[in-house]
Amino acid sequence: MNELLLSIPFLRDHILTVVIFLPLLGAALLFFFSDEVKIKWFALAVTVVDFILATPLVCRFDTTTHAFQFVERYVWIPSWNIHYYLGVDGISVLFVYLTTLVGWVCVLASWTAIERKLKEFMITLLVIQTAMIGVFCALDFFLFYLFWEAMLIPMYLIIGVWGGANRIYAAVKFFLYTLAGSILMLVGIIALYFAAGGTFDIPELMEHRYSFTFQAWLFVAFFFAFAIKVPMFPFHTWLPDAHVEAPTAGSIILAAILLKMGTYGFLRFSLPMFPDASIYFSPHIIVLSIIAIIYGAFLALAQEDIKKLIAYSSVSHMGFITLGLFIFNKNGVEGGILQMFNHGITTGALFLCVGIIYERTHSRLIKDYGWGAKLVPIYVLFLFIFSIASLGFPGTNGFIGELLILFGAFESFKPFVVFLLAGIALGAFYMLWMFGRMTFGAEVAHGEGDEGHDDGGHKIWDINLREAIALIAFVVFVFWVGFQPGPFLEIMHESVDNLLTQVAGSTDVAIASIK
Amino acid sequence: METIESIRPFLAVLVSAVAVGLIVASRKKPNLREGWSFVAAGIKFLLVISMVPAILSGQIIEYTVFTVLPGIELKFRVDPLGLLFAITASFLWIITTVYNIGYMRSLNEHAQTRYFSCFAIALSAAIGVAFSANLFTLYLFYEVLSIFTYPLVAHHEDDEAWEGGKKYLVYLMGFSKTCLLGAVVLTYMITGTLDFQEGGIFTADMPAMLVTLTYILFIAGFAKAAIMPFHNWLPSAMVAPTPVSGLLHAVAVVKVGVFSVVRIMLSVFGVDTLDAFNLGIPTAFFVSFTIIMASIIALTKDDLKARLAYSTVSQLSYVILGVALLTPSGILGGVLHITNHAFSKITLFFCAGSIFIASGFKKISQLDGIGRKMPFTMAAFTIGAFSMIGVPAAAGFTSKWYMALGSLEANESGILFILLLSTVLNAAYFLPIVFRAFFKELPAGEHYQNIKEAPGFVIVPIMIAAIISIIIGIYPDYFVSIIERITG
Repeated sequence: MNELLLSIPFLRDHILTVVIFLPLLGAALLFFFSDEVKIKWFALAVTVVDFILATPLVCRFDTTTHAFQFVERYVWIPSWNIHYYLGVDGISVLFVYLTTLVGWVCVLASWTAIERKLKEFMITLLVIQTAMIGVFCALDFFLFYLFWEAMLIPMYLIIGVWGGANRIYAAVKFFLYTLAGSILMLVGIIALYFAAGGTFDIPELMEHRYSFTFQAWLFVAFFFAFAIKVPMFPFHTWLPDAHVEAPTAGSIILAAILLKMGTYGFLRFSLPMFPDASIYFSPHIIVLSIIAIIYGAFLALAQEDIKKLIAYSSVSHMGFITLGLFIFNKNGVEGGILQMFNHGITTGALFLCVGIIYERTHSRLIKDYGWGAKLVPIYVLFLFIFSIASLGFPGTNGFIGELLILFGAFESFKPFVVFLLAGIALGAFYMLWMFGRMTFGAEVAHGEGDEGHDDGGHKIWDINLREAIALIAFVVFVFWVGFQPGPFLEIMHESVDNLLTQVAGSTDVAIASIK
Repeated sequence: METIESIRPFLAVLVSAVAVGLIVASRKKPNLREGWSFVAAGIKFLLVISMVPAILSGQIIEYTVFTVLPGIELKFRVDPLGLLFAITASFLWIITTVYNIGYMRSLNEHAQTRYFSCFAIALSAAIGVAFSANLFTLYLFYEVLSIFTYPLVAHHEDDEAWEGGKKYLVYLMGFSKTCLLGAVVLTYMITGTLDFQEGGIFTADMPAMLVTLTYILFIAGFAKAAIMPFHNWLPSAMVAPTPVSGLLHAVAVVKVGVFSVVRIMLSVFGVDTLDAFNLGIPTAFFVSFTIIMASIIALTKDDLKARLAYSTVSQLSYVILGVALLTPSGILGGVLHITNHAFSKITLFFCAGSIFIASGFKKISQLDGIGRKMPFTMAAFTIGAFSMIGVPAAAGFTSKWYMALGSLEANESGILFILLLSTVLNAAYFLPIVFRAFFKELPAGEHYQNIKEAPGFVIVPIMIAAIISIIIGIYPDYFVSIIERITG
């Protein structure tokens, strides 16, 4: 299959372009459809094809080099030295793949959930797909920024148009937070452009050595953009609102992909370009991460709303990731990247689970459930798998990621381990507590002779094939990474090694400059 | 020691997990459903037993399912210690299945499919722990056991059950996530491996503070062993149906706890290392507190199951005490007590369930003269109680005997004194029950007169467990010969 795809000359040379712009093309074609069923199937077809096309990226990925692969480079705006420059390495390729996976899952998740303006919704979904894949592939800062900003508008629309009751507030909050961060980043990008002698070429910018003061300023400028996206404490307050109001597909995209943009930004730009500043600021970032881990977990424990609970659990889990990245050792960084992927899978799946049940009851409150095991046993099985994956149960993806970060933390500074373990334990409590209350919590929740209905009289049915397929896609990765993480780690080995030599190479300089 | 490759340990773990599918599939036909439990229990036991000759001839059976990361494998390894525990757990699953049928149907319990499914998975997990070849595999099955016994503890789904269930999860998951996972990470960082080894993977030249810290984290992490102050979940978990208390809280769950502690003492740290860091005797004195204190608390309990629960807390620490003496007899006695206590305590729990089915009584003060109405149950109870006290010819005597020998070998007369004191306390909280049942007058009243012996499905397993408690007291050779392979 992969051989076959790559044997087509055009695809072989332009595979990233195709993967990025196929959804956009699909979105354009959707304008000519009017039948809702056809719209859905067409959107599904586009995203599935995109997913299939992205498979060779991972399967044919050369794990022996850290160089960018599947590179495409053309001059775009010569006067400003801007290129159309794409490529993936061991850090980004997994997320390209994850994005295409999430794409078709989101279409399935919106199949019946979106009741109005379906065509517009699917178009938005496909547009954001293009923007997200573009962010992970762009190797030219100008192009990167274009994709980065292009993500914002569709997401704003998804929350603002198809969201819940308080959608406008949430959408505007989301927009303002992320935009504020991006603008600082833009200033940073322009500063870099001039400092490096007029280039937006990302690999070239990585080669430069900037003075410590310059690095520090730029690190801070980029930090806000990324920290808001992650979101790191104390910039996390937009996340619960956005998650709660967003429709299911929006929540999945937010959790699985958008949050990863922040940590991806740290990996792609902050660490290699500003290594001295990264080392200098790392204690602060680690402290913020630890606060996020513990504080996020406690907030999650206090939630009555399922989506808020998962949102705060994301804050806690993303804290693990940022901590893993900023301890600068192999286990920590690889664990961090793997955990980014894992969090995308698991949290995306949890939001999908919430969406499925929300369609039936239109309630997000945990107390309205409790009949799960009685009325929807198959659904409960899936919810169970994702809950234990989220809490890092051995044999699931979460365990491997957390274990690697723990190893990394131990190598770097042992007391970190204590906070991580506390976070893991709290994670077990809030996830199991939620799972328990949703499945076994209630007394009999359906009335006399009213089999198959919940308290509010909503008809409850177990998951159908469409929902099962979407969930199974995630289950595969939960256990694949859980039992065979080797291939996933192999992809990132070389790139992480290279990244760490870039950081380590500057350690002496950093220490000298701090003194 | 010769190592042979065989898939049998993996199959033994797998068989009850496979049975879950069949149990759920035949949920509408109770007889067939319980039939599957029965078949799975039988096959599991046969698979376990089939490995005895190899182990007795000094071989070790290994099977690697797959490698997760370099150095972290899902791998099984059958050695004498694991085999002994597996024999006990898998055999008791058979008789518990019979008892389950009698108990659950007599009381018309709800959600029986969930109940039998979770039971089967719990057994898979227990055997998985017994046969695990490294800390990763052990941790995996340890956690599976915590999760899948939770629905059993909270089975009644009332406030008390939720409370008990919550406490259960918070203690077991909390300590295993914080302390146990930490200890596993520490072990890997210090030694570079997670594999169990005869004689341990820690050596005497490693930094004393880190090794001690790891050891303490392990002891705290295995909260299932119910060493004070990590014991509080166990009495609360007694809200579970009695067969659950019997199998899981006298055999599978708590024994997985003490088994794991023994496992890390012998195969992770090793006798020599523990000796070198002087960790053995302090552990023995630490658990002595639990032995005495839990016995004293048991004296104050009027609820029969609560008294049995505290007795369990106390008896579990015997196992650790024996091994912590670090002498051949001590280890022999401690490990033997895993089996002996399992058979005797399950007898006692089954009797408590039997009394509850027949009369609805839960309190000891209600048991006046009940021995005349329920002679088989109370006779079995007496045997179990004698075994717990350590009356010669009953199972408990042999293990206590070896532990006493062990304390003399280790030159610790203080431990010997604790053993004797606790024996007196055991007698003090068990014998009054026996006396009450047989020698007090049955109160007048229709309810008392109408009490009948429990149904056959309940009585037969009780009698089997009780008889075995005697047999392994008189002929301990079978188990002793397996355990002697551990101590060399």
